[in-house]
Amino acid sequence: MLTDTPLLLSATTAGESYSDFLRQYLTVGIFALLALAMVAAILGAGALIRPNRPQPGKYITYESGVDPVGEGWPQTQIRYYIFALLFVIFDVEAVFIFPWATRLAGETNLVDSTGGVLAVLSPYGSYGLVKMLLFIFVLALGLVYAWRKKVLRWM
Amino acid sequence: MNELVLAIELAFWQQTLIKVLVAAVLVPTTALIFGIVFLFKVMSWMQSRMGPQEAGPRGLLQLLADGAKFLQKEDIIPDKADRFVFKAAPVVVLASTFLIYVILPAGPDLIISDLPTGIFFAMAVSSLSVIGVLMAGWSSSNKYALMGGLRAGGQLIAYELPLILAVVGVVIQAGSLSMQDIVLAQANGSMLGFSGVGLPFLITQILGFGIFMVAIQAELTQPPFDMPVAESEVVGGFHVEYTGFRFLFFFLAEFATAFAFAAIAATLFLGGWYVPGIDPDSMLANVVGPIALFVKIMVVAFLIFWFRFTYPRFREDQLQRFAWKYLIPLALVNITITGALVVAL
Repeated sequence: MLTDTPLLLSATTAGESYSDFLRQYLTVGIFALLALAMVAAILGAGALIRPNRPQPGKYITYESGVDPVGEGWPQTQIRYYIFALLFVIFDVEAVFIFPWATRLAGETNLVDSTGGVLAVLSPYGSYGLVKMLLFIFVLALGLVYAWRKKVLRWM
Repeated sequence: MNELVLAIELAFWQQTLIKVLVAAVLVPTTALIFGIVFLFKVMSWMQSRMGPQEAGPRGLLQLLADGAKFLQKEDIIPDKADRFVFKAAPVVVLASTFLIYVILPAGPDLIISDLPTGIFFAMAVSSLSVIGVLMAGWSSSNKYALMGGLRAGGQLIAYELPLILAVVGVVIQAGSLSMQDIVLAQANGSMLGFSGVGLPFLITQILGFGIFMVAIQAELTQPPFDMPVAESEVVGGFHVEYTGFRFLFFFLAEFATAFAFAAIAATLFLGGWYVPGIDPDSMLANVVGPIALFVKIMVVAFLIFWFRFTYPRFREDQLQRFAWKYLIPLALVNITITGALVVAL
């Protein structure tokens, strides 16, 4: 339950809290780039010492030592592609379950950028539990349906 | 947000620079530790053989020697390969690894960025590696690589779900997604009124822990779930065309990710950096925390690699069946039981 504390933040604190938020994800972005930097640095260092003696034979696709037959992108039957469809359904379920899980028991404090408590959110309790169980039940029904329709097997 | 690190005020860019440098050293080091301790020493011990002996004392420098060797290998990209995607694939896999390290807490202040979405973020970025693996498999223009890549894709999405759903039980109990909050929830918890050692969620989430361990085994494409990289079937799978250090990046990412997953398991189920008896807010926790976390990681990793060295390979259809018919329903049952108990108690 929301208390009647106003949720509006002053312009400066709102600015600071956004900056905190963005900085956290800026760090994430920098770490993604770190992989690129590391690959570039190591391969760059390797370029100084590794040999380069091109011979046509080296650039043939490997196929157990014989010349490759046909092309490298043959048509393959992906026998479990239907699982990918099921996966999407359950993945969306996970998106709903996580926010719910954080508030099922225990109170949640809504805080501003300085850590001051703006409002105390009450737990969902048994009402939320029953609702989510219904949701999970419907999804599980979908899984059982797929199971009965013999989708979950090697095709 | 100038945080106090070692009693010195640092600007954001200075903090970030330090974090980047630490991670750039830490991530390859964790891969080296796992490679040497588990792949060489524990594996040879479990299989009653000697393992590497020559490079350095007791063969401890073998992996460094291997790294130096790979650095000198000629860089070969097959003519038929899609060059850009071929080169980008190791970067994507490595980026996924680095991003998991962002949310790993080693002490009350020792975390790169305590994202409010913590564990959810970790699950999301860890699945990025599938894209890198598929890129490698497809761009090689090689039948083995393509099959290995597709197998990896099918396997990783099948085990993504048990992995995510097993975590939900912990999140329900902790009431937060942030890794630090999950550690603190365990530190402040109590077992039947006894709060001396906190409440490691392993005790209440034993089912979740089991599902999580099986799922990370599959996510790491390790035996018994190593069909995507099976030597005898697809000669290494998606990385068959990679040579030199480009190949080693996949190896590095695999072991660094193994370390990161072991760290996540240790944090979620064994209390992370928390040591009973040490105030989790004190400066001492920053010193003891990393050591405690490392010990817990090694315990979890020993389990992971024990499975790896002991079990024979699954068949592809058995793998899919195991995930969809056993692990996912079990994970849903785990969520239901945890939710009901948490609300009822």
